[in-house]
Amino acid sequence: MSVLVDKNTKLVVQGITGSEGAFHTQQMIEYGTNVVAGVTPGKGGQLFMDKIPIYNTMKGAVEKTGANASVIFVPPPFAGDAIMEAAEAGVELVICITEGIPTFDMLKVHEFLKKYPKTTLVGPNCPGVITPGEAKIGIMPGFIHKPGTIGIVSRSGTLTYEAVHQLGEAGFGQSTAIGIGGDPIIGTKHIDAVKLLNEDPKTEAIVLIGEIGGSDEETAAAYIAENVDKPVVAFIAGQTAPPGKRMGHAGAIIAGGKGTAEEKMKALAAAGIHVVKSPAEIGKKMKEVLG
Amino acid sequence: MKIHEYQAKEILRSFGVPVPESKIAFSVKEAEEAAAEIGLPVVVKAQIHAGGRGKGGGVKFAPTAQDVTRYANDILGMTLVTHQTGPEGKLVKKVLIEAASNIDRELYAGIVMDRATSAVTFMVSTEGGMEIEKVAEETPEKIVKVVVDTAVGLQPFQARQMAFALNLTGDAFKNGVKFLMALYKAYMGTDASIFEINPLVVTKEGAVIALDAKANFDENALYRHKDIVALRDLDEEEPLEIEAGRSGLNYIKLEGNIGCMVNGAGLAMGTMDIIKLTGGEPANFLDVGGGASAETVEKGFRIILSDKNVKAVLINIFGGIVRCDRVAKGVIEAINNIDTKVPIVVRLQGTNAEEGKKLLEESGMNIIAATELKDAAEKVVGTLKTIEA
Repeated sequence: MSVLVDKNTKLVVQGITGSEGAFHTQQMIEYGTNVVAGVTPGKGGQLFMDKIPIYNTMKGAVEKTGANASVIFVPPPFAGDAIMEAAEAGVELVICITEGIPTFDMLKVHEFLKKYPKTTLVGPNCPGVITPGEAKIGIMPGFIHKPGTIGIVSRSGTLTYEAVHQLGEAGFGQSTAIGIGGDPIIGTKHIDAVKLLNEDPKTEAIVLIGEIGGSDEETAAAYIAENVDKPVVAFIAGQTAPPGKRMGHAGAIIAGGKGTAEEKMKALAAAGIHVVKSPAEIGKKMKEVLG
Repeated sequence: MKIHEYQAKEILRSFGVPVPESKIAFSVKEAEEAAAEIGLPVVVKAQIHAGGRGKGGGVKFAPTAQDVTRYANDILGMTLVTHQTGPEGKLVKKVLIEAASNIDRELYAGIVMDRATSAVTFMVSTEGGMEIEKVAEETPEKIVKVVVDTAVGLQPFQARQMAFALNLTGDAFKNGVKFLMALYKAYMGTDASIFEINPLVVTKEGAVIALDAKANFDENALYRHKDIVALRDLDEEEPLEIEAGRSGLNYIKLEGNIGCMVNGAGLAMGTMDIIKLTGGEPANFLDVGGGASAETVEKGFRIILSDKNVKAVLINIFGGIVRCDRVAKGVIEAINNIDTKVPIVVRLQGTNAEEGKKLLEESGMNIIAATELKDAAEKVVGTLKTIEA
């Protein structure tokens, strides 16, 4: 078991002919992900790497291949549109890697997706989702991951890789690692990912990686306190970040004194979560907790 | 992206939001001319990207022409210190000359993107002229929030709800509703992230006008607002941050002395955090992006080392798709091109980490190699202790 993606995932790559899309499609195929189609408007009928059919529309791709998931590498001005097209075509999972989508575009997307409750959006501005040994959808380095029982949810890419590395050193693999993204408006939030991992029988424990900005970590903490018995280890990045400055991610900003790391760590600790102050202690803490 | 008050007011005016008559002046002479054109009395307002200007002495009421001359003289060229500028303050290079309003009441209106609900949200309060964070903390019941339905936008009944909550009556009520509807249009039409009208004033004549205006815009949407991009004032930004931006790097200057260069925003923040936890002070945030090529590493170095406070550098790269041996070669090449005596700790982790470490150790350069994060932080903080001892 795992969540969101597994060996049965049939993936369409939106923006498959762009440089990012093409590169990561090859990487995903090498990892063993079942990529069944690509979409680039105007290039329908061509083949990617001589074998993967390209379609003009998501609807066409889904009808012809029975795809149930899509990953988006479309440039920011067009990425919101791509998400809506994927939902309308009926895929259950849309993972948007694109960084830099205007907030108001995502506002529209958020509204549009209310009509498609069966579609789960992950991202945008995220590394993607990986179920080690089964499928990787996104840009994360596959080989650092190992199959196992720790579920990860994170707003950051390389910090997730860091956690995966430390878990590996401590002898743990991952059930599924979910990069939810660093933007202010995202599809799957911490609480949603935690719910999925909590319900997954294969996941024994959860690593939650948050950062400054917003209050999604606090919301997840309240949910965990009430509903989650699995051990959770958490780290919040940006304890030294100055207020009012965007720290790389569009969503990583302390605004009006709200969204500080301190507040989040306090809320998480109060919910019985094992909060580590140092990003180097994630693996160690998990080992301690799981004995 | 931030802009000045006078620019924000020009935008508001173009969307039909009432603002006082005003003119920007870069010299005392221009200030005098502007005042003569607008008619006395006027208010002389320092234009910098920070709030709290009034308390810092940057906003003066000028009833006579002599006052205009005196205050423009005082304010232009002054270093204005407010709670938002930091102790070093900001040099004032322009003043807004604005018609004085016949103020009856001072209110507050703001629009933000609420992340929890993923919706545009209005905030209004009868407590104008105060810091809204303070009002939120001390008297939260005095802030009325209205969530906009994305599908249909702000509706007149919602504007009326707010106008009633602000205790507006008669002409002021009608003008208030119009004001809020126009303000929403301006917000949506410019891809804004924050609008803050504080104070929003009701004049004795029943007009509702934006006496002050703060506007920030979504940087991801600037590609479709060339007119707003043109309003950027580089004088208001940290020079090193501007330079980093030109090189496509994400750099933020901090107060410490350990420079850091990291791939990925989350790991970059985490690296700053662990430096602090280990007893050091980070000098900056710098995300060189996922790839961390020799070129970006070199650019990053130059920017970090331009900060004269930097006494040591920690490079922390998690090599994923990009292999560590390639990153190591890039780092060596970059250090080769830069003449520096500052100790450099390089932590490479991920694919081919050991090969990368070996390359660094055998480079014959002043590089301290590390593979684990904790070890790297201890090593870089340790180099400073050695220097100090």
